[in-house]
Amino acid sequence: MLTIDSAIVEAIVAHARRDHPDEACGVVAGPAGSDLPTRHIPMVNAARSMTFYEFDSMEHLRVWREMDDRDEEPVVIYHSHTATEAYPSRTDISFAGEPGAHYVLVSTRDDERAEFRSFRIVDGVVTEEPVTVVGATVDPVQSYMFGQSPATVDYECSGS
Amino acid sequence: MAIEVRVPTILRSYTGGAKVVEGAGDTLGGLLTDLDAKYSGLRGRLVTPEGGLHRFVNIYVNDEDVRFLGSLDAKLSDGDAVTILPAVAGGALGFAAAAALFGR
Repeated sequence: MLTIDSAIVEAIVAHARRDHPDEACGVVAGPAGSDLPTRHIPMVNAARSMTFYEFDSMEHLRVWREMDDRDEEPVVIYHSHTATEAYPSRTDISFAGEPGAHYVLVSTRDDERAEFRSFRIVDGVVTEEPVTVVGATVDPVQSYMFGQSPATVDYECSGS
Repeated sequence: MAIEVRVPTILRSYTGGAKVVEGAGDTLGGLLTDLDAKYSGLRGRLVTPEGGLHRFVNIYVNDEDVRFLGSLDAKLSDGDAVTILPAVAGGALGFAAAAALFGR
């Protein structure tokens, strides 16, 4: 399960909206071993593409070093799909290189409602996991669809 | 001649879980050959059968991407630090198209 603060969810979706129709990408770092994403780091999509993303290699080094220095790890690695669903593509699965990370996908294909879903990708196997948003404000600016159930913020999925 | 090498999580199965290992070599290619003698299979995850660096692995000498230093011919000196990071990449693009476009 991914537990994440609502302000970070909003910041990720805002980043994805800002870069639409190109794919947006980034990281949420957290204290090593905590499994808690606390520091949002929007990254440059070096591919600047509507269908592909790649971290800039120098920014990647700088951010990974900074996490190391702060005793953090990449708890969440996110990117957006801008015309398709928030589900890992074969390309995503093939390149997934951080087995400990929550891979978050955001879809901005709908102007009104963003999709926000989280997955584990280990050895080519994708497992969707529930997302629990904490600290949600009463009056959200944007409506979200978490997983398949648009009406709820917390949801359970099988095998989690 | 000791070169410190930082190994990413996904490759630590080759180094017995070690995050930092030491190797030797005058060039990156030499270093990877030296490491492969101790950590069998590691080199094959970084170098293609054709002998080039994998497109979606980033290797740095100190603060420089080795692609700008001659790739496997990048020169190394005692005390250099080498960092290996798997590229973070993906997207909605079909895998076949991505592979064709990015030469993987």
